[in-house]
Amino acid sequence: MRTIRYILQKEFIQVFRNKTMLPMIFVLPLMQMLVLVFAATYDLKNVDIYVVDNDLSETSRELTGRFQGSPFFRLHDASFDLEDAENSFKREEADFVMVILQGFERALVREDEANVQLLINAIDGSKASLVYSYAQGILSGFNKAVIAEWKGLPEFNPPRRIDSKQSYWYNPELDYKWYMAPGILAILVTIIGMFLSGMNLVREKEIGTIEQLNVTPIKKYQFILGKLLPFLVIALFDLAFGLVIARLVFDLPIVGSLPLLFGFAALYLIGVLGLGLFISTVTETQQQVMFLTFFFMMIFVLMGGIFTPVESMPRWAQLLDRLNPIYYFMRIMRMVVLKGSGFSDLIDEFVSLILIGLSFLSLAIWRYRKTN
Amino acid sequence: MNQNTPVITVKNLVKKFGSFTANDHLNFEVYKGEIFGFLGANGAGKTTAMRILCGLSSPTSGELTVGGFDVYRQTEQIKRNIGYMSQKFSLYEDLTIAENIRFYGGIYGIPVKQRKEKEHLLLKKLQLESERNKLIASLPLGWKQKLAFSIALLHDPKIVFLDEPTGGVDPITRRQFWDFIYEAAAEGKTIFVTTHYMDEAEYCDRVSIMVDGRIAALDTPDALKKQFNSEDMNGVFLQLARHARNGD
Repeated sequence: MRTIRYILQKEFIQVFRNKTMLPMIFVLPLMQMLVLVFAATYDLKNVDIYVVDNDLSETSRELTGRFQGSPFFRLHDASFDLEDAENSFKREEADFVMVILQGFERALVREDEANVQLLINAIDGSKASLVYSYAQGILSGFNKAVIAEWKGLPEFNPPRRIDSKQSYWYNPELDYKWYMAPGILAILVTIIGMFLSGMNLVREKEIGTIEQLNVTPIKKYQFILGKLLPFLVIALFDLAFGLVIARLVFDLPIVGSLPLLFGFAALYLIGVLGLGLFISTVTETQQQVMFLTFFFMMIFVLMGGIFTPVESMPRWAQLLDRLNPIYYFMRIMRMVVLKGSGFSDLIDEFVSLILIGLSFLSLAIWRYRKTN
Repeated sequence: MNQNTPVITVKNLVKKFGSFTANDHLNFEVYKGEIFGFLGANGAGKTTAMRILCGLSSPTSGELTVGGFDVYRQTEQIKRNIGYMSQKFSLYEDLTIAENIRFYGGIYGIPVKQRKEKEHLLLKKLQLESERNKLIASLPLGWKQKLAFSIALLHDPKIVFLDEPTGGVDPITRRQFWDFIYEAAAEGKTIFVTTHYMDEAEYCDRVSIMVDGRIAALDTPDALKKQFNSEDMNGVFLQLARHARNGD
């Protein structure tokens, strides 16, 4: 135990003496929280609409006006020629084209029915369907207004309807930032822990000091723990720092228990740091560590359910995610922070993280060779 | 020097890297308290053999003991009894002298009080007392090397391995360095040293010269000079190394 203490002492002195380390510990969380949380939003706003209005009637102008009045759309341009609209699509300017044919108003008056054509750029499929449903909303609102205006009073016997009233739990204002902040924090903690620990060990290889350590009677587990604990502490500190920022800037509610959250974070970090250290035992230079760590980070983050729901992934991907530590930590972060889930709700995550942590850590200890 | 107590015994040491044989059936003994010079051109296999003896690398075959312990099974006991100073400078540049001493003393399990005494003596001997809290990075190379040597001796090892300890150091510092080596040998420590400098070879009690992974000659400097009919070790070395395949 005393040996580990000496290693820890040395590591902390080195970390705080390193001029790039302190900015990283403080600036990285600030940047990530203040920039990424705002940027990683799926809220649909400012969809550029291109109108081809060949009718130019009062009704068609009113319909265009409704789109302009909506917060989701903004009029990009208008023309009489469909080809102009297509070109605008190609230049990636308009997201959505509405075509109103000549005789639109006349058809509406005479035949009680008129057509509008909607063309949506569907390269991003989910965005396209959102655009479509918003457009539908506006059109049906317009429809109702037309009926009310032209037919006068509503029908005497309106058809029966089921009314539903929704109440949004845990995030009543549907603030996307509340959803993203815990996710971005999970990434942050992972980056700090995994990169710093991995780079640190391999740096000793690069400068040659590891040889000197390998001729000492230091035990493998002592060495690995000595390299793991400092960065675990730093990552937990950054988690706390990030939570404070989220609380102050986004008014993020922290419903659950903080000791529980930090306990889980520590457990999670043991696994992630173990992986970082394992990577550094199989590499020789900091570039190699960066490359491999980045590779794992990408997979973990993109599969972890931070940006896209894991439930929508194919079955095999969901199975693969059972090995992904970020997947569990992600869930824990959102569940504890936003819902206030307790330990009994997180048994599955607990067991899984223990297994993952033990595997990565023992892999690192096993692969670290004093003799090669 | 006691000729009868070998502290390092090497019998038929072979080390292969793939098809390349770095050490080809080495046989030698090193006796307690002697300064054993390990010479050879670059690539002759000196560092490989030394790393095996320190437990940093495992031999392909052969019987080896260091300090009476088996190199295959008792590496951890060996590590308690040896000091090692590698070619690559191995103190932490971003720590101060005192912090380096505390760290290395700490991981060898030297009790705090004893460590402080040793630190005091060490700094006094090197006349570095006023530099105690300076970063290693700020010291000149010669000082660093002397300091690295002293720290490698901090835990009182029986055997000290020095891999080209005086590379790139000025002649005066080299001379001082060798004074330290003599001092350690006089205390009964065994010194195993590799070097490129032939004048240093003259300082050794016995010298082995490696050529292409084999030991081509092993004796006292005087006996070698006589055997090869040469005035100095340089002549001995050139005669042997001229026929090398891997040398440069």
